[in-house]
Amino acid sequence: MRFNTSTLLSILVMLLGGLLLWHADAFLGDYQIYIIKLIFINAILALSLNLIYGFTGMFSLGHAGFMAIGAYVAALCVLTPEQKEMMWILEPIMPPFDQLFTPFWIAVLAGGLVSAVVALFIALPVLRLGDDYLGIATLGFAEIIRVLLTNMTPITNGALGIKGIPEHATPVTCYIWMLITLIVLARLLFGNFGNVLRCIRDNEIAADVMGINVFHYKVLSFCLGAFFAGVGGALLGSHLSTIDPKMFNFLLTFNVLMFVVAGGLGSLTGSLLGAGIITVLLEWLRILEEPMTIGSLEIPGVPGMRMVVFSLALLGIILFRREGIMGTRELTWGKLAARFRRHPEGGRA
Amino acid sequence: MTLEMFFQHCFNALTLGSLYALIAIGYTMVYGILRLINFAHGDILMLGAYFIFFGTFAYGWPWGVAAVIAIAGASVVGVAVERIAYRPLREAPRISALISAIAVSLCIESLAVVVFTGQPKPVLQPEWLLSEWTLGNVRILKLTAFVPLITAVLVAVLLYVLYRTKPGLAMRAISKDIETTRLLGVKVDNIIAFTFCIGSALAAASGIMWALRYPQVHPYMGIMPGLKAFIAAVFGGIGSVQGAVIGGLALGFVEIMTVAFLPELSGYRDAFAFILLVLVLVFKPTGLLGERMEEKI
Repeated sequence: MRFNTSTLLSILVMLLGGLLLWHADAFLGDYQIYIIKLIFINAILALSLNLIYGFTGMFSLGHAGFMAIGAYVAALCVLTPEQKEMMWILEPIMPPFDQLFTPFWIAVLAGGLVSAVVALFIALPVLRLGDDYLGIATLGFAEIIRVLLTNMTPITNGALGIKGIPEHATPVTCYIWMLITLIVLARLLFGNFGNVLRCIRDNEIAADVMGINVFHYKVLSFCLGAFFAGVGGALLGSHLSTIDPKMFNFLLTFNVLMFVVAGGLGSLTGSLLGAGIITVLLEWLRILEEPMTIGSLEIPGVPGMRMVVFSLALLGIILFRREGIMGTRELTWGKLAARFRRHPEGGRA
Repeated sequence: MTLEMFFQHCFNALTLGSLYALIAIGYTMVYGILRLINFAHGDILMLGAYFIFFGTFAYGWPWGVAAVIAIAGASVVGVAVERIAYRPLREAPRISALISAIAVSLCIESLAVVVFTGQPKPVLQPEWLLSEWTLGNVRILKLTAFVPLITAVLVAVLLYVLYRTKPGLAMRAISKDIETTRLLGVKVDNIIAFTFCIGSALAAASGIMWALRYPQVHPYMGIMPGLKAFIAAVFGGIGSVQGAVIGGLALGFVEIMTVAFLPELSGYRDAFAFILLVLVLVFKPTGLLGERMEEKI
């Protein structure tokens, strides 16, 4: 890494952000902190899907499945044995899991790793498919994961889900995990690895002919994406403190897809912007919903008008501005400085 | 398991399979022509079911009239979806159209939640469908015989349209080569709209019968049947109507029979279709009757 002005500026901003978040309680209300945490978690999810879809061109609709694995593994790791004994009322919890108790960071890491291992097994048969077939197959696997979670009651507590997960996911924790995701992906994607992935995305056959082991790189990218999806899921579980199989349905994948498409496929900073803007927008849209949902509050957690606007927004983006906010470009310090000159090229991240 | 029970399960499987088949036809026709998974297809089914619910329950129309209106209404929505969300993206990368399809699907579902409320509503089944025939020891609910019969008639009509009429010829031509067909003077846009119209009508018919068979309507009822029917279409060979029918029936039998013979697996029922899909895609990606699509470099 060369320590030029850009890098130093980035590090400075990251540290400043961390410092601000450390004292966030002092000047922000609970709700703002809730949203800030959600933004960081969503940014992790968006970055991981962008790696799979935006940079490698694999249309995966299985994100919710990986998030579910991460969330469940982490929840099993952080709950104390006594809590678990009390919560598993349908069937007692299985032996190796009832005594499991680890610090939070190990739990998050474990969530990501298990998710990546599952992704490896899914990738081997599925990644030979292309485009929309891949989308449907990964969606199918996400559904299978959900059905398994519902039925493996001795491990997952079945349809009841897991409640009372300790809220270890503080703003600073989420922020640090987001930075880790961002830095790892940036280091990888703006090196040779990233060029290989982009080459596969743009023309798989050309990549193959040039001697790139396409399948190998696709599996790598898919598993890495699944790892960070698992991390994001683990943080989300701790953030919401309740998880159940129903929560990880297709809509969740769809949300993440929305961040990525809105931010720009193949742009890391775009994913950050997309996750931030849309998370805030979704929260803001709750105002729209309040008078509308009085009649339809029967299904909790299923929004009404908010989702209509949300889906129309995605439709609008895909119809009128397909490249999203950033396209495949990145927001860099050089570009920020030169934004009045409107130089088309700008610096690299 | 007694023989009578086996026959009963067969009829149940045939009914469910017919419903899947009708939905699968819509997927396979649209995919054959545009290479697009019409995610909103399952929601058209939901709309059909809701229209029949309001027609018969709220307005008290007779079933026949309500069914015709429901099918017509759902077809209009299907054609409108094509016009608004798919046609502008026909030259765009395929994935863009797919994302658009997902957005439309979500939009229809959430609109349904807003308009119809999210609460499931019970559908009143007409008396004459609930009576039973007895053949020896086998009792057959009239409904479970009625659904495959209607399906057979609809498929016969569709095959006639597809193989004996000019629009049908145009559809088959478009699925081979859209540009050449346009050069030959076929109004491609109209034919594509017509395809969506037929597909949506069949989905609505399936939705109506779905509402009769499982007497309840709710805004998300179309998602699972839609996904499974798509899998049936892939299994049968996407692009082939006959394949979609075979795939739908096969899926119906797999689901019903597995649960009938191995009741302890019933919790995993929704996973069967997806496991089937992965197996098909890995071992025979073109499906049973599908043609191999040449990939142009």
